[in-house]
This record gives sequence, structure tokens and C-alpha cells, in this order.
Amino acid sequence: MTDRFDAVVIGAGHNGLVCASYLARAGMKVLVCEAGAGPGGMAAPRDFGTGYRVPSLAHVACPVSEILRRDLDLDRHGYSSGDPLKTLALDTVNGPVTLSGDTASGRSLGAADIAAYRDFRGRYLDFASALAPLFENKPPRLKNMAPGDTKTLAKLGWKVRFGLGRDSMYEFLRVAAINIYDVLNETFDDERLKAAIAFDAVIGSAMGPRTPGTVLTWLARLAGERNGAAALTSASLPAALVASAEAAGAEIRFGCPVARILLDDDRATGVELAGGDSIPARLVVSAVDPRATFRRLVGAARLDAMFAHRVTQIRGAGVVGKLHLGLTGLPEFSGVEASEPGQRLLIAPSMRHIERAFNFSKYGECSEQPVFEITIPSLADATLAPDGHHVMSINVAYLPYHLKAGWDQHKPRIVDALVAGLSAYAPGLDALITEHELLSPADIEHEYGAVEGHWHHGEMSIHQSFMLRPLYGAAQYDTPVDNLFLASAGSHPGGGLTGLPGRNAAQRILEMGGAS
Amino acid sequence: MNIDHLHFQKPLAHSPFYECYAGLSKTENWASWNSYKVPRIADKLSTEYFAVRSGCSVMDLTPMEKYRIEGPDARAYLDRLVTRDLSKLRPGRVTYVVWCNDDGKVIDDGTLFQLDEEAYRLCAQHHQLDWLLLSADGFDVDISLETHDVAALAVQGPTSYSVLKAAGIDGLEDLKPFDIGSLTCHGMPVVVSRTGYTGDLGYELWIDPAHAAALWDAIFAVRGLYDIHLIGLDALEMVRIEAGFIMPGFDFNCAEMTIRDGYARSPYEVGLGWVVHLDKGHFTGRKALRIEKEEPPRRRLTKLVVDGNKPVGEAFIYAGKNGKQVGEIKCTTWSPILKANLAIADIDYIGGQLPDPLWARFDYQRELKWRTAWAECHPRTKPFYSPEHRSKTPPDRF
Repeated sequence: MTDRFDAVVIGAGHNGLVCASYLARAGMKVLVCEAGAGPGGMAAPRDFGTGYRVPSLAHVACPVSEILRRDLDLDRHGYSSGDPLKTLALDTVNGPVTLSGDTASGRSLGAADIAAYRDFRGRYLDFASALAPLFENKPPRLKNMAPGDTKTLAKLGWKVRFGLGRDSMYEFLRVAAINIYDVLNETFDDERLKAAIAFDAVIGSAMGPRTPGTVLTWLARLAGERNGAAALTSASLPAALVASAEAAGAEIRFGCPVARILLDDDRATGVELAGGDSIPARLVVSAVDPRATFRRLVGAARLDAMFAHRVTQIRGAGVVGKLHLGLTGLPEFSGVEASEPGQRLLIAPSMRHIERAFNFSKYGECSEQPVFEITIPSLADATLAPDGHHVMSINVAYLPYHLKAGWDQHKPRIVDALVAGLSAYAPGLDALITEHELLSPADIEHEYGAVEGHWHHGEMSIHQSFMLRPLYGAAQYDTPVDNLFLASAGSHPGGGLTGLPGRNAAQRILEMGGAS
Repeated sequence: MNIDHLHFQKPLAHSPFYECYAGLSKTENWASWNSYKVPRIADKLSTEYFAVRSGCSVMDLTPMEKYRIEGPDARAYLDRLVTRDLSKLRPGRVTYVVWCNDDGKVIDDGTLFQLDEEAYRLCAQHHQLDWLLLSADGFDVDISLETHDVAALAVQGPTSYSVLKAAGIDGLEDLKPFDIGSLTCHGMPVVVSRTGYTGDLGYELWIDPAHAAALWDAIFAVRGLYDIHLIGLDALEMVRIEAGFIMPGFDFNCAEMTIRDGYARSPYEVGLGWVVHLDKGHFTGRKALRIEKEEPPRRRLTKLVVDGNKPVGEAFIYAGKNGKQVGEIKCTTWSPILKANLAIADIDYIGGQLPDPLWARFDYQRELKWRTAWAECHPRTKPFYSPEHRSKTPPDRF
């Protein structure tokens, strides 16, 4: 039995690799099975057309936390977080508003808004810090609490009450569950500024600025900014995680899709590969979407009826597409200085614009006026495109997974509409395009295994957060199936390139005696 | 779909047998059972009781919840649904089953009829369609409610075999307990199962509603020859307690209907541990039941014979006279045939053991004056009443 693995981790996305690395460091014999050809999942580089390469889905991310860098020795394994990006909220009439750290600037941006932005950001970073004990631990159970749960809640309570102080605490409790739309309207006047903040609160979620809980999604995003400003993602994170995991003794197999999780009685005993081979293991960690884990890899029939039913009720239909453009030259954006197209450019002129774009997606339609997040990664790394060429990497919201008209028939028309929308801000763009690729949420599901193409493996709504993420009965990384653990963005604290679900899952496994 | 928009004017439905027994009710004492108008007492309670125990009783079973479960995965579906090992169930047989929620608490119990290789009928006390459909995810199975599409009669009592034979149903002699026979009555197809809720010899008859009245008439045509009585729910309550049968929703809470934590009951706690087979493969609630099985029993529904002849009614149970309160009586009846006060009580165990002795403290009236009394209770593990003639094949002729 000496050659038997202690743990098989399904998926070499960043969470799977983080989890594997922690487990291997604790002395476990770990195998990672990845269906794709390389590591990183949604953060892996992706080739398209001839000679073009982009970060696949997560093209902008905050640095991973100090805890992970230290525990997994990531810097030594080649991790670098990249240069901080400014955010430019584009406006063809008034010119852009630029956000960098706690500084907002731009033509015709009022002094009151500039001051308010500094205060607002500071205050919300404090809020995000107060939530840190919750993000960095398994979510506490409210009934039958374990001592660790009590500690997490005590730390959270302490940080909210004494870390924030009384007035801030009241403000935190007021805004925690409400929508970002109301909060931003209370605080700012400038539409560009409000929309730029609101964008960060809703991107990746089937939510508009007016959706309750969008303050919380923004705080989850800010929690990442505590580690540093957002930057273009590079291949350095997946590569460093692979190196770290392998240095700790974990084995990683690519092109190795798992067909199902093997069960004996109610206990996971390993995995069966698509080729039919079985790999026995003492425990199984699924770092893929929880809905895929339970429905496809385990199967509803092997679960208790109500739990299986709850899995079907997890909300998470993707609304973000990814548009990749191969360009013969660098496009010019109206009002953007020649030095700045390498920053993060937002086309989201107002919160009402974002909300309206979201409205269409609720009914399975695409707005004629979508929302864009644009980067040109080839400006930072010239190897991503042929000589003199550039690549544009664009998140497009809101493109619904359940497009009424059907993705197969309507994709070319939607691409044309998107290019037209972009050209309004970058005149002459269409003449530069030689190659393009649009990943719809349906494509994302197909290529990245995220059910319904949702970035975060399930909405980051309040009713699917903390002790309810991904669902009641599996919120502390262990599941009703003994020896099966969850470690994807579908688990607490959710999506983003944080690695925290993977780390928290590993800690839970070790706390439950997984290493012995 | 035809919707009767005036349904509210007739809140109680009439079963296909209603016209047959409407005139037989001497008391007009009706009850609502699953929104059907059925007799609570049709004649006299004692007459109806003794029809079950020493003659032949007929009861309308149509209101009972009935579900059709069929498809290639029907067996796999049922294996995951119920706690019992079904490997011995085969077409033409019936088995008693119980099903639980994820926490291993009883949702309901019922009888499962295997009608064909891939077709089953599940009869339940309470409405189960939502739970049955919710459980069907991942199985190739069709589930439909057939309560209103199948008419059913319970014909029970020592002479029931002879009555049905005289009424023109052939082929009953080979029917063993829990067998199903597809028989005829004067040319009408009728499915007969040797099942019941009385603890006596008896049959349940399943028939197309169009033939219901004709079947009824065939049975009541031999009434002069045999003592046959329409019975109501009150008589059924007496005989089912004598037989030691429990009733979900009355003797204990159905799991998905409780609000308060700790108010639902596991199969072990209601005395149904014998239909829980933890090693049969996965079923809903198994994990929770495994954990419970390892722990000392917390409580049990317990059959009690209560000393004396005063009606006990609702009462608390104590560990010893004037001792600690340990439980409560859930149902009780005076048994005319045993001349005993019978009860089924929910009793907390102490240190994993049934407390001993057990006493009931109850209030009763004498000439409108309330009095309090104590009576010792004697636990029973077997049915209070289980006559030999109940399971004889072929049954005795009369």
C-alpha cells in the first residue's frame, strides 16, 4: 500500500495547486489530476489565432496574500505579482477618470469627489480587514460549533467592534448587506467614478449595482487589494504553484481528466480517470465546481435526496464573456494618453448603464450597450503577439449563459456588436483586427468545467456565502461523502485569484486528521 | 386539464364508493380523510369494531395516498428512497417500508407493491409527491399520483376470505400474506392484496373507479349470509392500536413537517429499526442512522398495557409513581377483545434503558368531576393482538 496516494486533488487550477501544496507540505503523498494541458485553469495563458496569447479568463487580479507567499514559498518559486494597474473609466465627452490606489483624478472631477474617494476607500479597506478572519478561516458553523469556529467568530466580532471603532462599526453593519448603488450615490457625484467602483462590485456576478449584497462583493474584491493593487495576471502564479507543489513532493498529471469519484459505501476511495484507470487514494479533494463535483463526479443517486436537491438549487449562471482580439497595431482610445492604454480601461459610463446592461441578461438577452473591461497585455509582454502586433483581452458583461437566441447561432452577430461598441471608444479598431475569439459563458463551461460558465463556481450572493457556500451541508470543505473535500472557488471565501479556498480546505483536511 | 372552478363549494370529495355507503350511515358522523368524505362512525363503534375482530368489515381505502413509480431505474430509485433492503421483493409481493430525510428522521411509512418488473405502487399516510419527485433527480423513473385514479376497499376480519369468495372472487386461497393477485369478480378485473391495517385476516381490493360500485354490490350481496359492516376511522383506530401499528403524523411527527429542532423521530425511535438495513447500499438518511445506531437509545415509541379500566386518554408517563416525567402517551384505546387499556407512548430512555417501572398519571371524569389517578404501565414488544387465523393460508372457511 506504500504507493497509494494519501490525496488525489481534482483540477490544477490555482486553488487545487494551493491545496495540494499545503497537503504535500504536511507530509501527504498527493496527486493532482488536471484535465487540461497545463496548470492554472481560468488563470492559465491561452493561445488563439496565429501567434496570439492572452491570460485566459482572469486577466486582472490582485496579488495573492502574504500568508500564501510565505507558506508556499511562492516568491522563491518565481511568483511576481506584476506592475500595479491604474483603472481608467472612459468617457468620450469628458475624458476618463483615473483611479490609482486611493487617488482619483480626471478632467472635471470635483474636489469633493476626490476627497470623498480617499476617505471612502480607506474606510472600506478597513471593513475588508475586519472581514479578514472570516475569509482566512473555514466559515464557522452556527450550530454545534467547533472551538475553531468560536475563535473565528470571536476574532471577527473583535475586529468589527474594536478594529473599526463604534462609528465605523455602525456604518459597516448598515451597508454590509445593501447595494452599492445606494452607497455610491450617497457618497459621490461623478457618474464615471461611481460606475468604476460599481463595476468592481458586480463583475463576474449576475448582479447589477442595485442588487442587494453588492457592497459585500465589493468588499470581497477589496480584501484582495489589501495584498496590493490589481495587476495583469501572468503565467508566474500557476508556474510558481506547480513548482512549489512539486518541491513539496506532490505529483501533477496534465491531460488526465477524472470521470468520477470512486465510492465504497459512503466513503470516497479514489478517482476513475476518463480512460478507465482507477487511482485509489485515502481522500479526494475536488477543486472543480461543486455542482460538477456532486452531480457529475459523485452522482445524485449516491447522495441523500435533500442534499442532492440543494445542489441543483445552487445559483450561478455566468454572465461574463471574454473577447480576445488580435490586432495589427495599437488602438487609440479617445481621451486616453498615449502612455496609458496599457492600464485597465473600463467602458461603463454610469451605474444606470451597468444596471440596464444587467437587465437584459435577466431575460436571456444581450444589451446593445454592454460593459467592457479592457487590457492590452502585449504592451507589458511583447511575446504575447507577433512583432508589432497587439492582443486585447476584454471582459464583457452581461452575456447570459442562457442566451434565449442560442449561442451557436448568434455569436457572430454578438461579436460584431461588441466590436462596434468598442469602436465607439477606440475609433478605427475594427480595421486593426486580424483574429478574434469570443468565449461565451457556454464556452467557459465547456472549456473550464465551470457549470453554467460562472467564474466563481456559484454566485457570491449573501445566501451562498460563508456558512452557506457552496451549500448547507458542505460549507466547511468536508462533504456528506466521507473523505471527499471541496477546494474550489465554489467554497468559502469564493472566487478571485486568492487561493484561500484551497488553503482553507487543506487546513480543514489536516485538522480532521487527513495527514494520518 | 379540466379544472372545476367551483371546487370550493364542495370541499370534501366523494370517493367512487360514496354513493354505495352514503345510505348506510346511520349516524351521519363523517370525517375528512385526505379531503374525502368518509365515515368516522357509520353505525355503532362496537358493532364496527367487532366486525373487524369477529366478522367482516368493509372500509373505503380510496383516500389513501397512492403513487405509481415506474421506469428502468424504479428499483434503484426505491432502494435509495427507503431504509429497507428490497432485494427479496418481487413482482406480486408487498412490503412495508419507511423513508427518511437526510437527517435520518422518518418522513412517512407505507406499503410498497411491486406490480411488475419495473412498476410499483407506494401507499402512504401523507402526501408525498414533493419528496418522491425531489428524490427522483438522477434516476430514470416516472412518478405519478394515482390516489384519485384507483378505487380501493379494505375487507378485513376473520370471515373476509369467505365473504370475498362468496362475492365471486376466485383464486384467493393461494394468496399468502403480502401477496398480490390479479383476479376477477364477475368478470371485472380486480387486484387483491392480502394486506391491511387491522392485524386481522384481511384483503385490500384495488379496482378501476368505473367498477367500484359493482364490486361493492357484489360484496354486500352476500350480507345476509355473513355479518358485513361498513366501518369508519374510529374503529380502525382501535384495531390498529391492538395490532401495534403506528401512525406517522399522530404517534410521532413526520420529519419534513416539524418546525422545532428535535421533534422529528428516527425509525429506531419509533420502533421501526427492523426495517432499517444499513448495509444494503446507499439510501437517504443512512449516514445519520449509522451514527445514531452507535449511540445508546435516547427514546422509543413503546407499546404499553395500562393497569385498570379507566380511560387513560392523553397522559404523561413517569419513571415510577410520583417519579420523573419521562414520556407521554400518543394514542390509547380500550381493547374489548383483550379487556385491557392499551397505549403507545413516546418514552425517554435513561442511561440507554427503558425506565422501570413506568406509571401513567392521568385525569378522568366521574359524573363530570375530574379526578387524577395513577396506573402502572407494562411495556410490550410484540403486537397486543395477533391472532393465528390472520396468517393462515388458505384461511379458515366460514
